[in-house]
Amino acid sequence: MYGWLWRHLPGPTWVRVIIALILLAAITAALFVWVFPEISPYMPFNETTVG
Amino acid sequence: MVDEDEPPRPEDESARLEDESPPEEDESLSEEEGPLQRRRETQRKKAKTRTRRNALANVLGFLGEILITAGVFVALFLVWQLWWTDIEGNAEQERIVAELAWEEPPVAVSAMGEALDKPVLQPAIGDPPVEPEPELRETFAVMYIPRFGPDYIRPISEGTDRPTVLDPLGIGHYVDTAMPGELGNFSVAGHRTTYGKPFNQIADLQVGDALIVRTDMVWYVYQVTEYLIVDPHQMEVIAPVPGHEGRSADGFYITLTSCHPMFSAAERYIVHGELAYWGLVGMGVPAELLEQPEEVP
Repeated sequence: MYGWLWRHLPGPTWVRVIIALILLAAITAALFVWVFPEISPYMPFNETTVG
Repeated sequence: MVDEDEPPRPEDESARLEDESPPEEDESLSEEEGPLQRRRETQRKKAKTRTRRNALANVLGFLGEILITAGVFVALFLVWQLWWTDIEGNAEQERIVAELAWEEPPVAVSAMGEALDKPVLQPAIGDPPVEPEPELRETFAVMYIPRFGPDYIRPISEGTDRPTVLDPLGIGHYVDTAMPGELGNFSVAGHRTTYGKPFNQIADLQVGDALIVRTDMVWYVYQVTEYLIVDPHQMEVIAPVPGHEGRSADGFYITLTSCHPMFSAAERYIVHGELAYWGLVGMGVPAELLEQPEEVP
């Protein structure tokens, strides 16, 4: 999977490293902004109310 | 296709065959077929094993990558939950308090900008003014808890829904419990961990500690009367008379609820308090805000 991705990135090694890092940062940002806030209500901690 | 590492001499080959093939098959081959055929046969077998091995390696490698990805995902989620939500929550709650832009209590200030002596609020006489019930999600008060540090100030908003109030806005007021100044139990909930954790140090509160609620115009100074740990369904802690379901209100109470133990939903940590006095914001600052509470070992 990652090998396939690496082979399909264009350019010399340093360009690929930069593209890979940008991809990683973009995915992390998407997780932080959209995915994790959606998941967190289903987590079994953080309940603070009675009733 | 011939491998590069294919040994050219037959004696080497036989040595290799003994290593890699079952011996009884070797025997039969050597009896019926010539050395060349034997060699081809071995190569074919070897190639077959290699493809099978490669396929297996690919599947295992892919599985491994999936597992590593899942591990990184979980780790990132924890980083987000335990660290990022605090950063976001603290910044957001600070912004909400700043945006209220309420009148500052009167402060005597020197030419150097240093606060000299703030007028101490004198307890007002009579029943406290009742804060009107706000819209859902509206921030109508702020909470000062000197035990949590001199800079502790958090917004209180209407409602206790997690995604819309407790996570983004901080402390939430249980709908249908009393408002500040109203007879009954002013009950609020807040996170003890994550999302800015407004009630992180709730277990440090001692009997007698001040819980100070400020609305636009009024200070309400409560004192902690007891703390307890209950099951999540024990609604009587937010009853008009705390702990006594069904009784009608006979005083001005406050109740704080948060999770217990930390990072768990198993129980709730409850702090009850009672109104000690109230006063108008324009008349000064509660004495409890001007000094740090004594350290309790």
